[in-house]
Amino acid sequence: MTQLALVIDLNVCVGCQACVTSCKEWNTSGSAGPMGDQNPYGADPTGTFFNRVQTFEIGEFPNTETVHFPKSCLHCEDPPCVPVCPTGASYKRKEDGIVLVDYDKCIGCKYCSWACPYGARELDEQQQVMKKCTLCVDRIYDMSMDEADRKPSCVKACPTSARLYGDIHDPQSAVSIAIRESGGYALMPEWGTHPANHYLPRRKTRIKIHEDELERADNPLKVDRQLPQPAMSEPTLDDVTTW
Amino acid sequence: MHPAFSVIFLTTLIGAAQGLFLALFTAQSYAAFKLLPQPDAHAFYGQGSLLALLLLVGGLVASFFHLGHPERAWRTATKWRTSWLSREVIVLPAFMGVVFLYGLAHWLNWHPVLMTLPGGLPVDPSAILGVAGTLLAFALFVCTAMIYACLKFLAEWHSPLTVINYVLLGGASGFTLAAAFAAVTAPELVGFLAGWAVIITLLGLLGRAASLYRNARLKPKSTLQTAIGIKHPKIVQKTQGFMGGSFNTREFFHGQPVAVLRGVKWFFLLAVFPLPLLLLLSGMHGGIALLVAAFVVQYAGLLAERWYFFAQANHPQNLYYQSIA
Repeated sequence: MTQLALVIDLNVCVGCQACVTSCKEWNTSGSAGPMGDQNPYGADPTGTFFNRVQTFEIGEFPNTETVHFPKSCLHCEDPPCVPVCPTGASYKRKEDGIVLVDYDKCIGCKYCSWACPYGARELDEQQQVMKKCTLCVDRIYDMSMDEADRKPSCVKACPTSARLYGDIHDPQSAVSIAIRESGGYALMPEWGTHPANHYLPRRKTRIKIHEDELERADNPLKVDRQLPQPAMSEPTLDDVTTW
Repeated sequence: MHPAFSVIFLTTLIGAAQGLFLALFTAQSYAAFKLLPQPDAHAFYGQGSLLALLLLVGGLVASFFHLGHPERAWRTATKWRTSWLSREVIVLPAFMGVVFLYGLAHWLNWHPVLMTLPGGLPVDPSAILGVAGTLLAFALFVCTAMIYACLKFLAEWHSPLTVINYVLLGGASGFTLAAAFAAVTAPELVGFLAGWAVIITLLGLLGRAASLYRNARLKPKSTLQTAIGIKHPKIVQKTQGFMGGSFNTREFFHGQPVAVLRGVKWFFLLAVFPLPLLLLLSGMHGGIALLVAAFVVQYAGLLAERWYFFAQANHPQNLYYQSIA
């Protein structure tokens, strides 16, 4: 069984919104049909997006950290939005686990959006059907593209490689290794939806410097202690000889 | 959640229609057992069914305004194995069909005796259609309410009280309407129907008060911490990723100040329960105007009740949409 998914590394996301715009660009001109905008240059613009980057402040000043948080459909392994659909327009593909909407069957009743705790689904005001991230299903299988390009558009666009893409059911895939070794977690685990997309937590980069690393470990003068210990500011042997 | 008037009218109109049909058939059953005088079947059952049918059609029309693609509505009957919405779409027209046939049987005075129950009770087509309609009315209440009650993320709805209240409040408004209707077409039944309307309204008050009590004490399962997976007691959203609105900010927020919410709550608590109770009790002995007023007030209250039902539900996705910046 294959379950394609994104793994988003919050440790390196810089909140540049490149994934948001590349997603919109690809999908508005792709087979999904236009992702319409309403009032785009007016006072209150709105439109359909599959992917958003939000920003949260963690902690209290001055001990705060800014976390940029990309948010899209998580392609749950047990998607609550699928069984509630009265027409079968919402479905989860057996072959790769992608949750999709058939825009020709959707009646725009919005019930699936109520059944998604993550708010991943949006009604397209122009087409009046429910839309959401397709994991660029019209891209990842496109054999006319180079293999390196057969990835979701957001993954290709990310300048910091904060977005990994692959099969989380394959234990050797880069995403599985990242989840396993970097503490990958799922959002709102309390609902039992088993999201396929995972997030990697922020990690503190700390260097532990041991005492002997500060001392002149290479200074032979101190090894037998025959001569007075040179001060820390004294030149080392490397500084005074050419060997 | 954002209360949609299409759904508010759908649920209240068909609820009243289901209650009205149940009232008609309750009266017919009592009359069959000679516990009530036999009313003019053509006027009371026939025209009463027509009234129920009109309410059902009104609800159905309102529901279409909720859809982005109403022309595809026929597709909704396909996923009845998993979706309560699909089940409702099947049961509603089935119920409408039975109400139509039930009314037709009375309208045409078509009462051939199909069989005789032990005890000499004759069974005619209207009795069989009445039983079928009763089952479908309850099935429709369950389907409508389960659309909301099955969503575990919406804790305010995810409770048996949702189903109980849809049955009781639909039943109350239907019996009140039946009492007002009987005042015109079958005055000998007014006391009986108004009495039941009072009882069901009182039960509805208990059920709704219980759900208000429960919902006021809910502890949300999801928090900002589980929503973004960061274990820190103090997290503040700085941006939601856009400055204009989106579907997420429109569909899941009622957008009203707390004072409006509280006002609507007290309005429906008055208009659905004590006011119709007073009007029903004082109109029990044939006050047409009082009974009509009881239904109008109770129905207006139920519109507010349904608005509040939606507005009070707090969707966990709202955790992601707290700050525009």
